[in-house]
Amino acid sequence: MEITLNGASRTIPEQTSAGDLIQSLGLADKRLALEINREIVPRSSFGQHIIRPGDTVEIVHAIGGG
Amino acid sequence: MSTVMQSNTSSLSDPLLIDGIAYRSRLLVGTGKYKDMAETRAATEASGAEIVTVAIRRTNIGQDPNEPNLLEVIPPDQYTLLPNTAGCYTAEDAVRTCRLARELLDGHNLVKLEVLGDEKTLFPDIVQTIEATEILVKDGFKVMVYTNDDPIIAKRLEDMGCVAVMPLAAPIGSGLGIRNPYNIMTIVENAGVPILVDAGVGTASDAAIAMELGCDGVLMNTAIAGAKDPVMMASAMKKGIEAGREAYLAGRIPRKRFASASSPIDGAFF
Repeated sequence: MEITLNGASRTIPEQTSAGDLIQSLGLADKRLALEINREIVPRSSFGQHIIRPGDTVEIVHAIGGG
Repeated sequence: MSTVMQSNTSSLSDPLLIDGIAYRSRLLVGTGKYKDMAETRAATEASGAEIVTVAIRRTNIGQDPNEPNLLEVIPPDQYTLLPNTAGCYTAEDAVRTCRLARELLDGHNLVKLEVLGDEKTLFPDIVQTIEATEILVKDGFKVMVYTNDDPIIAKRLEDMGCVAVMPLAAPIGSGLGIRNPYNIMTIVENAGVPILVDAGVGTASDAAIAMELGCDGVLMNTAIAGAKDPVMMASAMKKGIEAGREAYLAGRIPRKRFASASSPIDGAFF
């Protein structure tokens, strides 16, 4: 299924959970925050939250800034 | 106050208090614009800063997983991280950024709110800043707010529940130093929360001047990261802030138009 991830189109398997996605991106041990369709998905819900076709996903982290 | 302040031991006798938490250092630093992580770490350490700002941006998908990560050199358990809303031009984006930051940092809710109005000056959009402040304070955030040097707005933001108000010295990254010292002084005199100069500082004397005006602290990024020797400048800034604070507490002499001799006339043999 097609989703938008960090502004770009991406194909992921059906029934992918937020946790699965993070894992597949190699980000499992990184400190990050995830938003789907402008709503924050807390880390504790990563395993349960199933991503749907057309979802807009944002994965953010902390970088240097003033 | 008659005792000389030593930087290590008696710093906690004059702590910076933000939202009930005492900090030894009155210098807050950003982590942007450094050439690499090693320089980020070295300069941050040299500055003695305890509160360090970070930006919140998209993770790079598909890049090297061994890419150095900022939080490895600025660990959240050693520093108080202050996520900013840099690059936000609307209250909505700023609020969204703060919420993501809070999630990212496990519920840590101290944030630097900046809502910009214009790309050239990076001056704050006060209308959007006020709108964001209202939402964020209601949502339990502890807001340190970037604003201009308007004393009316500074007081309004304090009254709305910001834990610190941060008037700019001059445009972000401009290095011009405090453009409007009398306004900063007015803001300080009317304030019931810490006032930190944020943005536009260029060199150590600018930081010292901010402290001599009675500010509680100074936040800077470009002044250090953009210096030819950032680690040395970080050290200079640390000293400048300490010197300015001590001078402020010591109570300076008034400015006078004419001279007043330092040596007595009595006993002159000529």
